[in-house]
Amino acid sequence: MAGLTGRMSTVVKAKVSKLLDRAEDPAETLDYSYQKQVEQLQNVKKGIADVVTAKKRLQMQETSLQQSVVKLDTQARQALSGGNEELARTALERKNVAQTELQGLDTQVTELEDQQQKLTDSEQKLRAKIEAFRTKKEVIKAQYSAAEAQVRISEAATGVGEQMADVGLAMQRAVDKTENMKARADAVSELEAAGTFDDITQLGGGEDDIDRQLKQLSSQPAVDDELAKMKSELGPGSAAGAAQIAAGDAAAPVDGAGPAPAGSGAGESGQQ
Amino acid sequence: MIVRISGEDQYRLADEDCARLNELEGAVVAIVEGGSEDGFDEAFHALLDYVRAQGTPIGDEEIETSDVILPPADVSFQEAAGEFTGEGLIPD
Repeated sequence: MAGLTGRMSTVVKAKVSKLLDRAEDPAETLDYSYQKQVEQLQNVKKGIADVVTAKKRLQMQETSLQQSVVKLDTQARQALSGGNEELARTALERKNVAQTELQGLDTQVTELEDQQQKLTDSEQKLRAKIEAFRTKKEVIKAQYSAAEAQVRISEAATGVGEQMADVGLAMQRAVDKTENMKARADAVSELEAAGTFDDITQLGGGEDDIDRQLKQLSSQPAVDDELAKMKSELGPGSAAGAAQIAAGDAAAPVDGAGPAPAGSGAGESGQQ
Repeated sequence: MIVRISGEDQYRLADEDCARLNELEGAVVAIVEGGSEDGFDEAFHALLDYVRAQGTPIGDEEIETSDVILPPADVSFQEAAGEFTGEGLIPD
């Protein structure tokens, strides 16, 4: 068979025979193969642990982003009922960015779970083959002449070697995937470090560089829609709402410490 | 004939199934050589499904060497194309 499958088969066989060529006599082939097999099994376990670690990191980021989404949503509502539409828009833009990142992380966590499952299955198969090899080598030792033992051991070792190569391929693909995911996880960390998802009420009135970048990142129509929806939920006459907030300003349950958004809306530019 | 689907199982196929297997593989190869991704997934999965349906899985404790090794089910068109031109799925 040529083409796709032929090439894969050839490469796997070449790798396996290279491994076996290092040993010269039957006893050595046998011990060397078995030793290599056990080593490989340890590597697979380590590979699975790495995937689990990468997954946990992403899951922690997910939790923290979920909290940011809730917080920014609450703050947008508070800003809007306080009559400060600009601040509400900023909060919604940041929420939008957080949600987009969250979706990306979610897909990646699912993918990693998939990889983890595949590697666990491969590990079980390899373990079963190694155990079978261990039994078989005792039989070969007891029953065959040196020359025949050599042939039979090679056959068995090649079979196990193929399974090893297959686990190796699965591992390599898992590692490649986690490398790609690291890039996104790092990007989220950078956004967090830049204060993107921090308490919005800590912001001054002016638009800073982060805001300009976020406006580009976030989907504006989605933000417009959400703002309109939020407005209709809060009911017409946000001026009335503003008055309410102004009255109860000190008691307003704004998340986090720091100054509450200017309830009157007029003080906004004056603060700068 | 023994066929391995990488990342899954090894299957034992009857000799008379080989002709059809060759046809299905030929279709995949033709698509990859054509350079356009259209129909790749369908053709490749038809090949894998045939092996899974016609073959008998080989037990984990049985040690056999495969005659043919197929790429994993989630192989991308680019990776498959790399099998011909690049270093393939299994670099040194």
